Amino acid sequence: MSTRRSLYLPRRQVIRGLLATTAFGVTSRLVGCSSAPESDAGKTGAETAGSSGGDKPLVVGFIYVGSKDDFGFNQAHAEGAAAIAKLPGVKIVEQANVPETTEVQEAMRNMIEQDGATVLVPTSFGYFDPHIVKIAGEFPEVQFFHFGALYQEGKTPKNIGSFFGDVDEGQYVAGRVAAQTSKKGKLGFVAAKPITPVLRNLNSFVLGARSVKPDIQVQVIFTGDWSLPVKEAEATNSLADQGVDVISMHVDSPKVVIETAEKRGIYSSGFHAVQSSLAPKGYLTGTAWDFPSVYTQYVEQIKSGKKLMDGSIPHLTRGGLKEKFVKLAPYGAAVSDATKKDADATQAKLIDGSLYVYKGEVKDNAGKAIIAAGKNLKVTDPALDKMDWLVAGALGKVGG
Amino acid sequence: MQSPRRQHWGKTLESICLPVGALLFSLVLFGIFCAAVGSNPFEVYASIHKAAFGNWRSFQNTLIRAAPLMLTALCTALPARLGLVIIGNEGALVMGGIGAIIVGLGLGGNAPPLVVQIGMALAGLLFGGLWIGAVGALRHYRGVNETISSLLMNYIAIAFLNHLVNGPMKDPSSLNKPSSFPIPAVDMLGVLPGTRIHYGLIYGIVACVIAYVLIQRTTFGFAARTAGGNIRAARIAGLPVGKLTMAICFLAGSCAGLAGMVEVAAVHGRANESLNAGYGYSGILVAFIARYNPLAATVVAVLLGGILASGGILQRVHNLPDATVLVFQGLVFLVVMYSESLYGRLAIFKERHEVKPTRQPAAVV
Amino acid sequence: MAAETVGWWGVPLAIAAGTMRGGTPFLFVSLGECLTEKSGKINLGLEGTLLTGAMSAYAISYLTGSPWLGVLMAGVSGMALGFIHAWLTQQPKVNDVAVGIAMIIFGSGIAFFLGKPFIQPSAPQLPTFDLGGWSSISSLQEALRISPLFLLGVALAPAMTWFFKSTRWGLFIRAVGDSPDAALAMGVSIKKVRMLSIIAGSFLAGIGGASLSLYYPGIWSERISTGQGLMAVALVIFARWQPMQCLYASLLFGGAQAFGPALQSVGITQGYYLFNAAPYILTLGIMILTCSPTRTISGAPGALGSGS
Repeated sequence: MSTRRSLYLPRRQVIRGLLATTAFGVTSRLVGCSSAPESDAGKTGAETAGSSGGDKPLVVGFIYVGSKDDFGFNQAHAEGAAAIAKLPGVKIVEQANVPETTEVQEAMRNMIEQDGATVLVPTSFGYFDPHIVKIAGEFPEVQFFHFGALYQEGKTPKNIGSFFGDVDEGQYVAGRVAAQTSKKGKLGFVAAKPITPVLRNLNSFVLGARSVKPDIQVQVIFTGDWSLPVKEAEATNSLADQGVDVISMHVDSPKVVIETAEKRGIYSSGFHAVQSSLAPKGYLTGTAWDFPSVYTQYVEQIKSGKKLMDGSIPHLTRGGLKEKFVKLAPYGAAVSDATKKDADATQAKLIDGSLYVYKGEVKDNAGKAIIAAGKNLKVTDPALDKMDWLVAGALGKVGG
Repeated sequence: MQSPRRQHWGKTLESICLPVGALLFSLVLFGIFCAAVGSNPFEVYASIHKAAFGNWRSFQNTLIRAAPLMLTALCTALPARLGLVIIGNEGALVMGGIGAIIVGLGLGGNAPPLVVQIGMALAGLLFGGLWIGAVGALRHYRGVNETISSLLMNYIAIAFLNHLVNGPMKDPSSLNKPSSFPIPAVDMLGVLPGTRIHYGLIYGIVACVIAYVLIQRTTFGFAARTAGGNIRAARIAGLPVGKLTMAICFLAGSCAGLAGMVEVAAVHGRANESLNAGYGYSGILVAFIARYNPLAATVVAVLLGGILASGGILQRVHNLPDATVLVFQGLVFLVVMYSESLYGRLAIFKERHEVKPTRQPAAVV
Repeated sequence: MAAETVGWWGVPLAIAAGTMRGGTPFLFVSLGECLTEKSGKINLGLEGTLLTGAMSAYAISYLTGSPWLGVLMAGVSGMALGFIHAWLTQQPKVNDVAVGIAMIIFGSGIAFFLGKPFIQPSAPQLPTFDLGGWSSISSLQEALRISPLFLLGVALAPAMTWFFKSTRWGLFIRAVGDSPDAALAMGVSIKKVRMLSIIAGSFLAGIGGASLSLYYPGIWSERISTGQGLMAVALVIFARWQPMQCLYASLLFGGAQAFGPALQSVGITQGYYLFNAAPYILTLGIMILTCSPTRTISGAPGALGSGS
């Protein structure tokens, strides 16, 4: 009897499961049919609206690794997307919280096949390899714009373009402001992971600070992940306990660090977006992305018929303060007039090219010379995209 | 006590109507939710269908998502037959991925691709198996609660992975996303001809069939089910409960480990934090909904894959937030779980001249 | 100036402060789970409850300007989720753990869905007692800035011990959890007791969420919880179902979160991923050392997880 039952039961469950799935499909199909006219009507409506403005709208797909309103990296991109959505003849589709797995490949594919996107902007660093590279190979007519300087001539498919904002200049100025405002000569930095974009941010902040006070030190804490609110708060508090009085950061959502610093009565220098409202007393300045400007530039190029594939849109576009890829947040109340003047002057010198952030000799914090004396590196120099060192003056270590 | 034929039909009807009804009801609930936030529920249904099952291209999306879930579901489903609740799927998957990358990097380029792939699969099986096997051993020899220890071991495995790819195993050129060195492209698992579905789906289906046969048709499976039903009786009957526990846990872990190997060998080509993508936790849910039946798990995995596949279209077409698919998923599973309790309780499926409803042992159902 | 830097003393100080700051959510969630498990049911869904609590506390505090109203609302929304869990898990053939995982998905889905508009605004935070006014060292002042929620949680632990030991209702809960048959013989409604225990436990977990969003770190974001709700289940076993030990265990886990950053701030940079895993390794280690195959863990409710 017991064998009879054991044979019988699973079969019932399998039938059950099979039927459940079919039923799911069938019901949604039935429902789908009944509503098909409506959705068709909606679609044609949208199309006629688009065509009245000219030809078919340019569909741009944005993919974010986190939530669109995280007060940080993803939000900065989403604001750029919102800006181009207002342009005539442009339609955007967005998908948030897409992990760096096959899921992002499916999201890209759906945007191309179902929404008719011809331009895709998958924003997270980790989407690039293998995901974007794979889909770009499959859809050679779709243009992919990826944030990060990962394009390699001859290796990456021609329909991928990299664009990157060089935060170095902004952070250099922010570092100078921090050093001039600091009373104790000890700065802190809360970083997510020891990877190149974070290290560039950090090192240029240190270089800026050291250009004011050559013996200043910046204590670094790596939290290990892009968004760990409790750890970020702990890191900020630990730094404050160690007598640090200005904190900068590179995490996905700097809100926690800035608010915690404000509570501890110390200064903060922001990142990603303008966060002055979070810390009216202690916020100094910070580097913020200017994606509305970047994406508008791209859309204009595409609309004028330029393409990545024939090289009329460069495969690697990067810019700093001058190209309006990044901007400096308005100075906070704690910044003195003299400091403001100095910061503006520094900014002007960086923009006209008379000042270099990476001005030899630059040593790492183990004493090894990285950039020889007398040699100056522009922020666009490819050597900097391989940065895996901490500059002298940064207290911390790359690598687990 | 053989069931009369009529009762048989009543039960079949019941097993069709209840899950279908549960799905319909959860769709209605979700529709109400959508209407409450200002979206037309019927358009939402149409979109879900289109994105998950609408045509072969979108169904492939569903199947790709289902593949790892079938394997991770077994990690909970098999030990459940012994009465153990294991939720260490995520950790076993990560460990399997680590094992696979170690072998892949060691053998890659020095051996024919097939050998490398088999080596990676074996390493994935072994690492995942030992990881959950350890949970089983702790349970049997030290009496450590297997649910809690496997939960803790998830966090430990993820920390270990992060430590490895940021330190000892880091490819210095992986500057933007710390990863291990990549395995050679020739050693990667391919896709099924004519589709974009990787071989992980086949692994998943085969593993589920093997697990089904093992549990339902072999003495080993019979012993495990007996021990799961009543551990004291099993001991008295002379069953080696300790060995059974270890063996089942090893097999369970090795299935999740294989899922990790597939992620490494078919998707990422290297090990990095993306291994930890939540497939383990979804697998637990699949196992429970399938009532620990490996064959049913394949079907439930496809259903969940379909739900997940519809997450994108809700955002893109209906401008609903990304969390909508979580709400949908939560509703479906809560309602389906409730429907399980209705078996044998609804009058319409009962026969009039029924003698007495036999109570089924909980572990079998 | 030198007096203001604490150097190596910063490590124990940060950990001590971290125990109180970071331990508060653990404390509430684990006490809630303890109450639930005493009645013989497991609620794995407290992670979802925590997130919903954090979101609703922040939202209400922002909308009404009253953080205490936010705390109350967090508890109430926790109770709503607790009711679903309690009702579902008491149906025949429904597994607690499975419902718990579905509730994590559902609860976090609701919290993320409704919480979108509240990520950016800054909500009024709960006031704190500043007990460090006597010291001129700012880090000590900070460490002694104590949240009333923490004190409430600390007071709750002995109160719960007393409740279980000395009150009629405490006895009912223990009876239902230990031997349902005996409870039935006493004329206690198992269903009612479990329902109330789960709902009350979820109320506490919701308040734990409020302490995340309104005290420390004091924001609402979708990544606010790093698994505190899920860990609470382990914590309760770790604490042997004793409320007082839940208190100690929560402090330990809270302190462990401060461990990695504090060490880095004084220059120890090795292996922070492994440091981050310290609490889990520690819990597992202690469980291995203290469990025994021959007897069930002392203090474990007899009917826990047996599905009866």
